[in-house]
Amino acid sequence: MAGLEDYKGQTPAWCPGCGNFGILKTFKDALVDLGIEPHQFTIVSGIGQAAKLPHYLRCNTFNGLHGRTLPVATGIRLANHGMPVIAVAGDGDCYGEGGNHFLHAMRRNINVKLFVHDNQIYALTKGQASPTTAEGTKTKNQPFGVFSEQLNPMALAVAMDCSFVARGFAGDGGQLKELIKAALGHRGFSLVDILQPCVTFNKINTYEWYKQRVYNIGPDHNPNDRMAAFGRALEWGDRIPTGVIYKNDRPIYEERNPVVRERPLVSMKFEKSRLEATEKEFF
Amino acid sequence: MDYSIRIGGEAGQGIQTVGDTLAKVFSRSGYHVFTHQDYESRVRGGHNFYQVRFSDNPVTASRDKIDILIAFDTISIELYEKELSENGRIAYDSSSLKTGYTGPYFFDVPFYDLALKHGGSKIMANTVAMGAVMGMLGLEADILSALLQEAFESKGEEVVAANVTSLTAGLVFARQNCSGCSFSMAPLSEPKLLITGTEAIGFGAIASGCRFYAAYPMTPSTGIMNYIAAKEEEYGVLVEQAEDEISAINMALGASFAGVRAMTGTSGGGFALMVEGLSLSGMTETPVVIALGQRPGPATGLPTRTEQGDLQFALYTAHGEFPRVVFAPGTPKQAFHLTNKAFDLAEKYQIPAIVIFDQYLADSCWTFEGLDLDGLIYNDYRLRGEALRALNTYKRHEVTDDGISPFGVPGDSRHLVVTDSDEHDEEGHIIEDAATRVLMVEKRFKKKLPLVHAEMAPPMFHGHKDPDIVMAGWGSTYGPIKEAVDALSGEYSIGMLHFSEIFPFPSTDRFDYIGLLSKAKTTICVENNAQGQFARLMRAETGFSFSGHINRYDGRPFTVESLAGDIRGRVGRL
Ligand SMILES: Cc1ncc(C[n+]2csc(CCOP(=O)(O)OP(=O)(O)O)c2C)c(N)n1
Ligand SMILES: [Mg+2]
Repeated sequence: MAGLEDYKGQTPAWCPGCGNFGILKTFKDALVDLGIEPHQFTIVSGIGQAAKLPHYLRCNTFNGLHGRTLPVATGIRLANHGMPVIAVAGDGDCYGEGGNHFLHAMRRNINVKLFVHDNQIYALTKGQASPTTAEGTKTKNQPFGVFSEQLNPMALAVAMDCSFVARGFAGDGGQLKELIKAALGHRGFSLVDILQPCVTFNKINTYEWYKQRVYNIGPDHNPNDRMAAFGRALEWGDRIPTGVIYKNDRPIYEERNPVVRERPLVSMKFEKSRLEATEKEFF
Repeated sequence: MDYSIRIGGEAGQGIQTVGDTLAKVFSRSGYHVFTHQDYESRVRGGHNFYQVRFSDNPVTASRDKIDILIAFDTISIELYEKELSENGRIAYDSSSLKTGYTGPYFFDVPFYDLALKHGGSKIMANTVAMGAVMGMLGLEADILSALLQEAFESKGEEVVAANVTSLTAGLVFARQNCSGCSFSMAPLSEPKLLITGTEAIGFGAIASGCRFYAAYPMTPSTGIMNYIAAKEEEYGVLVEQAEDEISAINMALGASFAGVRAMTGTSGGGFALMVEGLSLSGMTETPVVIALGQRPGPATGLPTRTEQGDLQFALYTAHGEFPRVVFAPGTPKQAFHLTNKAFDLAEKYQIPAIVIFDQYLADSCWTFEGLDLDGLIYNDYRLRGEALRALNTYKRHEVTDDGISPFGVPGDSRHLVVTDSDEHDEEGHIIEDAATRVLMVEKRFKKKLPLVHAEMAPPMFHGHKDPDIVMAGWGSTYGPIKEAVDALSGEYSIGMLHFSEIFPFPSTDRFDYIGLLSKAKTTICVENNAQGQFARLMRAETGFSFSGHINRYDGRPFTVESLAGDIRGRVGRL
C-alpha cells in the first residue's frame, strides 16, 4: 500500500501561499485513499504553473506542450486503457490554447480524468487574462479591461454532455478529495474545475473572494438531471456552486471501439504471419 | 507493346473505378502497369483524367502519347485529341455527348444505350466502356469478368449478371465495329502485384507493427488512413480521426509513450500544424513516424495536384535541435520498405522519422512481382514487462555512451517513466541548470546524430558507367527520370542518381557519388518545384553544385517524353 511519503516528488517551485499546494496535498490524499500506487497510473500535463504538478508527485508522467494535454492523454488511453490516465492543466492551457481538444475529448468520451487548476489567470507568463478571467479585469496586457465574456467551463461541459462535471475549491480540501475520488471512480471523461487562488497575479479572485461565494450543492441536487445541472452550471457571481454538477453513464470510447474492447493495444504482439495474405490482396 | 489509355470526364462519372479496374485487368494479365491521376478538388463536375499505361516491359512513368482515349465528356476530346498516337482511337458515345465526331480515329460506342439494353440501367455504361476496351485491344472477357464478380458479389447475383452482360455487349460491339483497331497484345503471363503509393505506406506501417494511426484527412495522405482503417480489426491497429493535426501528432506521441508504434499522416498545411509536436517528439525522445504528402503550396495551393515543394520544410522545420530522419521513396515498393525503415529508426533512436511523398506517388499504381516481405525489419527496442521489472533502477533519459536511453513502458513495473517537454534531468524531471542542459543536448542530439547518419543508404545509380551526363532526382521523380535516361542512353553517355534516403544526408563512404558527379560533364537536378530545393541541400551538405536544373512547378508530374526532350535541349545548350 502506498503512503503519503511514496508520493513525495520534487520540491515545488510555486509561490508561497499558492492554491496549487492545497490541490497537490489533496491529490496525494485521494491517491493514498484509493490505494493507487505511483507506477499504476500516468499524469499528462501541459505548460503552466499547474502543469508542474506531476513533478511534485511521483508517477508516470508525460509533461507535454502548452494546450496539448488531452490529445496526449487520449493517445495513452487508446494504447493502454488498462492504466488510469489523468490530465492536469491550467485554465489557459485547457480552455484557451487547447480549447478544441477539450470539446472533442468530451464528445469522444475517452475515459480520461481532467483536473483544471482554474486561477482565472495566466500565472506562469505573469498575469495575462485567461479565458476564465472576469470581463472588465485590467491586466498589463489588457489595459482597457477584458472585453471578452468569461468562459463558463461548467455550462460548456454540461452542454457537451460531458460524462462527469464537477467544481472544487483549493481551499476546501475535504470536498476536493471526494471530488477527485469520485472523478477517478467514474467511467467516462471527467472534468473537475478547481478554483485556485493565484496569490501573485490574481488580486480579485482571492481565497477570501472564493470563500464568500462558494457553496456545496449538496444532496438536494440531482447530478443526473441535465436541466437542473444547467441551472447550477450557469450560477456564478455572488454564489458559486461546488460539487458534482452533472454526470451521465454514456458508454466510453474504449469499450465502443472493437479494436481495443477485449485488450489494450500495448498487450498485442506483432504477428508477421498474416502479411503474406495481405500482400496477395494486391494481386 | 507499350500502350496508354486515358479516361477523361467529370468528377462523379466513375473515372477512378474504370481506371482502377482496367489497371487490375492488365496487372492480372501479367503486364507491367503504371497509372497516374489528374483530378480537381471537387466532388462533381469539372474535368479529371486517369491514365493507365501497360507493357510487357517494366514501366515507371506516364507517357504523353495516348493510344486509347475514353471520353466521357467533350472536354476530353478537345484537350487530348492532339495527344493521340498514330494508330490511336477515341472511344466516346455520340448520343450522351450530344456530338458526333468525324475522323478515322473516332470510335462511337453507344455506352449508354448498350448499358440500358443489356444491363438494364445506364449505371452500367462504365462497364460497357471497359468491355469495349477489351474488344478494341483484342483481349478476352474472363479477367475483367472475374474482377466485376469480386467487386459486386456483395450486391447480389443480379448486379453481377447485369455487369457481365454489359461487359460482353461492349466487347462484342468493339470487336465488330472498331475498324482499323490494330492493337497487338503480348502473351499473358503470371499476375503481378498492383499497388499505389499510399497503399504501400499504409501496408508498410502495418508490416512494421504499427498499432496506432491518428490523422486529420488531407489530400494526398488520406489514402494511408483509408488503407489502415480497413485493416483495423484484422491487425489490431487503431485509427483515430483527430479533431486537428495538432491533436493527431500529440495523440500519436501519447500512444508511443504508452508503448506502441504510432504514426500520423498529413500534407503540408497539416504538417505545419504538427510542427510543435515534431519538436516535442525530439525533446521527449518519443518515436513517431510522419507521412508527409506534398501538394503544391503555399497555403491551400492546388489541393489535388503534385509538387516537391516541402523538402526544406520537412528538413528544417520545428524549433530547437534534435535528430530526425527524412525518407523520400521513388516507387511504392520503396515506400513500403522506407516506411518500415522509418519505424525501425524512429524506435531504435527514439526520434521522429518523416516519409515525404507527393500526390503523384500517392495515387499512382505500379506493378511488382512482390514486395519482398523477407526484407522487413522488426526489432522491439522497448523495455517491457519482466525486462523492465528486472532493473534495479530506471531513468527514462539516462545518459549513455550512445545517447540512447532505456525505453520503458509505463505501468509495466514499479519503475516510473517520466518525460518532459521542458529540459529535464535523467529521470525526466524539469530542470534549469546549465550543466544538465549540456548533458542532455549531447545525449539527445550530438551522440545520436552520427549513429543515425550511418544508417542512411547512399543514392541509387542507374545507367552508363562513368557517364558524361548525370540526371539527379529524389522521391517521386524516380520513374520519369529513369525512363527518360533509358530513352536517351542510345544517344548519350548518361546515367541517373536517385536519392530516397535524404536526411541526414547520406555520406560518400559506401558510394562516392560526389566523385561520379564531379567526373561528369553535365549534371542536371530534376525537381518538381521552383527553386531546386534538393540541389540546394546537396550544395549545403557536400559543396557540390549541379551544372543545370530542370524544374516543373505547374502542379503536374514529369512525363517521359517531355523530360527527355528537355534533357536533349539542355545538353545541346550546355
Ligand atoms: C505554444 C505556447 N504558447 C505560449 C506559451 C507560453 N505560456 C506558458 S504557460 C502559459 C499560460 C499559463 O496559463 P495557465 O494554463 O492558466 O496556467 P497557470 O500558469 O495559470 O497555472 C503560456 C501563455 C507556451 N509555453 N507555449
Ligand atoms: Mg491559470
